[in-house]
Amino acid sequence: MQATANTLETKLAPQTEAVMKDNSQNLPDLNEATVGTPFSDHAKMSVRNVDVFYADKQAIHNVSLDIGKNEVVAMIGPSGCGKSTFLRCLNRMNDSIDICRVEGSLTLEDQNIYDPKLDVVPLRARVGMVFQKPNPFPKSIYDNVAYGPRIHGLTSRKSELDEIVETSLRRASLWAEVKDRLHSSGTGLSGGQQQRLCIARTIAVGPEVILMDEPCSALDPIATAKIEELIAELSENFTIAIVTHSMQQAARVSNRTAYFHLGKLVEVNDTERVFTNPEHKLTEAYITGRFG
Amino acid sequence: MDKLHLDQHISGQFNADLEDLRTQLLEMGGVVQQQIIDAVAAIENADGDLAEKVIVVEDDVDQREVTIDEACTQVLARRQPAASDLRMVLAVSKATRDLERMGDEAQKIAKMAIALNEEGQSPHGYMELRHIGDSVEKMVNNTLNAFARFDVDAALKVAKDDKAVDREYKSAMRELITYMMEDPRSIGRVMNIIWALRSLERIGDHARNIAEHVIYLVKGLDVRHVSVKEMERQIKDL
Repeated sequence: MQATANTLETKLAPQTEAVMKDNSQNLPDLNEATVGTPFSDHAKMSVRNVDVFYADKQAIHNVSLDIGKNEVVAMIGPSGCGKSTFLRCLNRMNDSIDICRVEGSLTLEDQNIYDPKLDVVPLRARVGMVFQKPNPFPKSIYDNVAYGPRIHGLTSRKSELDEIVETSLRRASLWAEVKDRLHSSGTGLSGGQQQRLCIARTIAVGPEVILMDEPCSALDPIATAKIEELIAELSENFTIAIVTHSMQQAARVSNRTAYFHLGKLVEVNDTERVFTNPEHKLTEAYITGRFG
Repeated sequence: MDKLHLDQHISGQFNADLEDLRTQLLEMGGVVQQQIIDAVAAIENADGDLAEKVIVVEDDVDQREVTIDEACTQVLARRQPAASDLRMVLAVSKATRDLERMGDEAQKIAKMAIALNEEGQSPHGYMELRHIGDSVEKMVNNTLNAFARFDVDAALKVAKDDKAVDREYKSAMRELITYMMEDPRSIGRVMNIIWALRSLERIGDHARNIAEHVIYLVKGLDVRHVSVKEMERQIKDL
């Protein structure tokens, strides 16, 4: 008997146009349901059959997803897949875009957040948001954090406000670094510190849900690690939805991962499953870097 | 044939890295397979030179294990592979270890060949050795084929064959024990054959392990420590 292993087909077929065609054939059609586990038994926010349009162009197609209480849900997908648009629906940030239209049902603990009678200001206190670029107000560190509690009238006493500021900065892991210069400008901090200041500002008004839109993409690896550590701690008290371009970040910080593709929610599964054995071919192709 | 689309990454270098891992593993498999064939032939033909060759090749096999593991580490560190790519790297790393163990067992068989040459041939056991040797060589070939082709059915077949080899091994054992009881003077020499059979049986186990890695690689299913029936059921349920 001869050793034949050496002569086995170890060469792979060269990449051809057929491969690219093959990918496009795999695109989910409009009617194909999201695979995995989009729903949760302890949903904080529930999204059902949501479509989003920018004028005539549909950006989100029939997305249904629950964000569970105290859960970290990561949303990943190639640029333009609608993940940020979806995130912005969750506290009606899209209202500020005139041509944007949202259809379907979005609820925060059974309250319809698109109820025309609903005031969006308290909604955004309950569902806070952290953006890609740190955007502290040109005010002191103290005033940045105190701003929300003041305008929402959460407290009128100086001592209470001091306490909220300290607690928020502590929760954002920034207190030790700024406690001696609370009255210097927030814009004088480093990028990572500014982002944690923005997180402190968000949690100062006692939100229930925190939305994060690529919160680390402008930060260095050390600042990123601090924010990720913070996300893990915050999830004990808050529900977090995070959009990220870094798949490793999604893998590190989230409990569940949602994969968006061309405005459709292709797959939602436990993060450990998504990064070892995803259910959908498109998710697999994206997280392994076969297209982007 | 390439169901896992290993060659479709945006990064051409990543394609090349993964392909290189697989090629290296299959090359190592080829060397180990030849080692096993030579080791069994060395006993059958009382060929001391061939046995020595098997022992010398073991250094090469050890070196290949180290090289492939290093390459796996590099891919993990530099590419942070996910999903099927991650499973590919893990499967290669584990399969390499099994191949290295197979090489060790082949080396043990070769040592038995040398001992038999020095102490004189065993009066019994050559037929069993040839028979189990053939079965195990086929298993090793099939498991490497399954890896090369990402073929789950072929991998399942290897797991089934391993059960058959285990049965043949037990039956050979019973027969040889009977011979030894009848002719105690031959015990030393028959024991050499028994050790060789034992090594072949172990090689069969490693071939089955590799088949399990193939199933993990292709299906994402961890089927270690489950029966063949259970394996089939889990694969069908996917």
